[in-house]
Amino acid sequence: MNWNPRLRVALCAVLGAMLAAPVAAAEALKIGLILPMSGPYAGYGKQIEDGVRLYLKQNGDTFAGRRVELIVKDDTGVAPEVSKRDAQELVIQDKVDILAGFGLTPSAFAVAPIATEAKKPMIVMNAATSAVTTKSNYILRTSMTLPQVTAPIASWAAKNGIHKVFTVVADYGPGHDAEAQFKKTFVAAGGEIVGEVRSPVKNPDFAPFLQKVKDTKPDAVFLFLPAGEQPVAFMKGFAERDLAKAGIKVIATGDLTAETDLDAIGGPALGVVNSFHYSEAHNSPENKAFLAAWYKSYGPDRPAFMAVAGYDGMHLIAETLKKTGGNTDGDQFVEAAKGMKWMSPRGPVSIDPATRDIVQTIYIRRVEKVGDKLQNVEFDQVPDFKDPGKS
Amino acid sequence: MRDDARNLAPLQKTARWRRAELGFWLLPVVSYFVFPENLLLLSQIAITGLFCLSLDLILGYAGIVSLGHVAFFGVGAYAAGLLASHGMGDPLFGLAAAAASAAALGYATSFLVLRGADLTRLMVTLGVAMMLYELANKLTEFTGGVDGLPSIDVRPLFGRFAFDLYGRTGYWYCLTVLFVLFVLARRLVNSPFGLSLRGIRLNVGRMPALGTPVNRRLSAIYTVGALYAGIAGALLAQTTQFVAVDVLAFPRSAELLLMLVLGGSGTLYGALIGTSVFMTARYLFSSLNPQYWQFWLGLMLVLIVLFARGGIMGGLRSLMQWRRGKVQ
Amino acid sequence: MTVVFDGIASGMLLFLISVGLSVTLGLMNFVNLAHGAFAMLGGYVCVTLLKHTDVPFLATLPLVMIVLALVGVVLEKTLYRRLYAATHLDQVLFSIGLMVMSIAAAHFAFGDNQQPLVLPAFLQGQINLPGVDVGIYRLFLVVLGLTIALSLELLVRRTPFGAKLRAAVDNPRAARGLGIDVNRVFTLTFALGSALAGLGGALGVEILGLDPGFPLKYIVYFLIVVAVGGSGSVKGSLLASLILGVADVAGKYYAPEFGAFVIYAVMVSMLIFRPQGLLGRTVAH
Repeated sequence: MNWNPRLRVALCAVLGAMLAAPVAAAEALKIGLILPMSGPYAGYGKQIEDGVRLYLKQNGDTFAGRRVELIVKDDTGVAPEVSKRDAQELVIQDKVDILAGFGLTPSAFAVAPIATEAKKPMIVMNAATSAVTTKSNYILRTSMTLPQVTAPIASWAAKNGIHKVFTVVADYGPGHDAEAQFKKTFVAAGGEIVGEVRSPVKNPDFAPFLQKVKDTKPDAVFLFLPAGEQPVAFMKGFAERDLAKAGIKVIATGDLTAETDLDAIGGPALGVVNSFHYSEAHNSPENKAFLAAWYKSYGPDRPAFMAVAGYDGMHLIAETLKKTGGNTDGDQFVEAAKGMKWMSPRGPVSIDPATRDIVQTIYIRRVEKVGDKLQNVEFDQVPDFKDPGKS
Repeated sequence: MRDDARNLAPLQKTARWRRAELGFWLLPVVSYFVFPENLLLLSQIAITGLFCLSLDLILGYAGIVSLGHVAFFGVGAYAAGLLASHGMGDPLFGLAAAAASAAALGYATSFLVLRGADLTRLMVTLGVAMMLYELANKLTEFTGGVDGLPSIDVRPLFGRFAFDLYGRTGYWYCLTVLFVLFVLARRLVNSPFGLSLRGIRLNVGRMPALGTPVNRRLSAIYTVGALYAGIAGALLAQTTQFVAVDVLAFPRSAELLLMLVLGGSGTLYGALIGTSVFMTARYLFSSLNPQYWQFWLGLMLVLIVLFARGGIMGGLRSLMQWRRGKVQ
Repeated sequence: MTVVFDGIASGMLLFLISVGLSVTLGLMNFVNLAHGAFAMLGGYVCVTLLKHTDVPFLATLPLVMIVLALVGVVLEKTLYRRLYAATHLDQVLFSIGLMVMSIAAAHFAFGDNQQPLVLPAFLQGQINLPGVDVGIYRLFLVVLGLTIALSLELLVRRTPFGAKLRAAVDNPRAARGLGIDVNRVFTLTFALGSALAGLGGALGVEILGLDPGFPLKYIVYFLIVVAVGGSGSVKGSLLASLILGVADVAGKYYAPEFGAFVIYAVMVSMLIFRPQGLLGRTVAH
């Protein structure tokens, strides 16, 4: 048989294409993001989405040979039935492989049964109540828990000459949790709570609470307020009333001084000591790379903990898929993710195999001016801190 | 003369079902087969439709403007939710409990809306609802606060039909409840009682002269409205299997009023149409643009008001009158 | 005593933002629930001027009022005018639609985060008098609020414009018959209401913050002031704001567990006993 050279080439091309086809046709990896994109918590949703997309930009959008396809759905933040509906549609209609996002705890709670029934991995990228990971065996968390970031500041305060504290928290679930954890840790370390107030969630004016604090004269006031206008209002009022001059310090969780609202607080934020898991000022090569990429794509907006949680969530998915060889079967995925360790822009993190929750270093920081920006400068830390809310 | 007074024929005529109405009720049945992957959305439209219907009863027929109707919805949701989270998860039992508690609250607060102009009633109902929200928030240990009740376990309906991921049982459940309650409401508003309500709305000063106990009637319809809203709340709790204080939040009341006005108040169907249009539009806009869909939704509302007075039903009515005018 | 002063200042801010709504609702009988959007716009204009120009804070206030007045005139002539004859419910639908659009637009234009605002040094801090600590900015709000209240009263009761306005509201037909240009009066009144809203919004940034959700967050408070005070009455709005401000602040100070309830409880009780509001007027239509 005289093989025509052109025919030979054509045959090779066809064979080559047939062999290559299955590889190129690997199923897309569909990730459904349920985030608050509108409404009062839209800021969270944008940060998380930006963090997620930044990871894809930096590391390519192919995980274990599968191309990542993101489907973003808005749940408006405070409507659990919408979160549930979004999750149901993502699973049934869009046939996603992984559910992710969840800006607020009620969204995560409402969606957990769907993750269980559909056996889909669920990556929580913000919701911070301890109990979230207990609602489904398919939940993995890459953000933080409120007790995890509250306990360290309480210990630090007790060890650093702060004996009498007045607590001011927002009067809703997370506020109550922060208050409870702070009291537990602070009192156990020998401190005294001289006053406590729960401010209404819709609170246009902090004047009466600030006055109460001033009249009680504690060493410090522990603050937990939801991100938004309340931290700004409180801190401005604090400065206006010269409470700092009266020798009262402000201690808080890092929610108060998150990079997204720090500039709006301005000068009054200087000197506030707080504990949290991520600071833009964290000095590490991973963070530097993260920041360089962030500012190129999203500057001048500043990245905060929510963006990093989204970023790390994608990293977790990518690394887990490497281990499972691209298999997103719920049980196998979660098994592979347990115990995963990596270096995040925030510092070293890992997924606790027992609780599927995040274990990370909590830093004690002070707000200082660095260059022309306000930053949370780390000066102490509690490494490998597990969520105390589960013990 | 006596015969005329007893002649209910005009009432009976309006009470008969028209073809368009039967056509309307075929739509949800057809939707089940056309949109099998969106049943949770359709169920939520049915639930909100029932909630909107309850507002139409008090606003469209009795003229009581309320921004606090969400209070009854929330009470119903919590009644069903609390029962389900404490082991008494039978759906119909939950509905009954929700209806009873919401009706009781409605009756107890009805005296607040008996007098005052529109703005007054608006603010009083709003104030009561906001206080209820704050109360539920304060009692976080009991209600679960913003994070919701710990675990709601709804038993299968009639012991056989479980509420599953696909939402099939939930859909037929909500739709059936809506239909039954709608038929009852329709009967109510076309009855002499219903007529007296319209009289009260149009000319409250004249009604006592006709021997109508105005306050009793208003209390009665307010209680019925509360009962319907409570059932809607229970349906949401049972199909979502989650209840948190957001079921008592102000935005729900505001949206409800919006949907009713959009559809056209005082027609019962306006409530259902307004709800369907609003929620579908919101769903579609949100899918297209998760961040800024509210802009397009707001624009749609503004355009509808500018071009169709009296909401969609009002617009349809004008359209039909215009056509009739053309034929003549 | 500081608590009382804080309450008065709190009430005064509430008055400054709400008085515009009282004007449009009471005097023009138009339910403008987008009022908060005008206030928000005023806040954003102020913040933008401070960020990108060298205009000092106090000078931004009249500029904000002018911008908002112009916006009010344009919107009134193009949109609002068509709905004067519409039912209140249709007006509600319209104004909420407008409000929702404004929230999304602000979100798009300015982002979600809080807008930073730094007061000039002379408005910061406190004056410590015996028995009461007086915040300087709050004192400024009280003085400004009283001035505005007084000016409005004078405008409505003592000027020719005020007389024409009262005539146009009481009986538009007769007013037209007397040669009063009712349309112009309404346009100017709407512009005034918008300007006041903008001023209130700009003044409120320091205490209430500024983000796209502003209109929805505070619409309830504006409505409370107008309902309790009686729509259309400037004195009523002032009185209602002060009562609510003091009650709210005192309640939170002395009984913080009930802090959130106080303002609603006060409103509901006052409306039960005086459904038309403290100094409400019944307008003939």
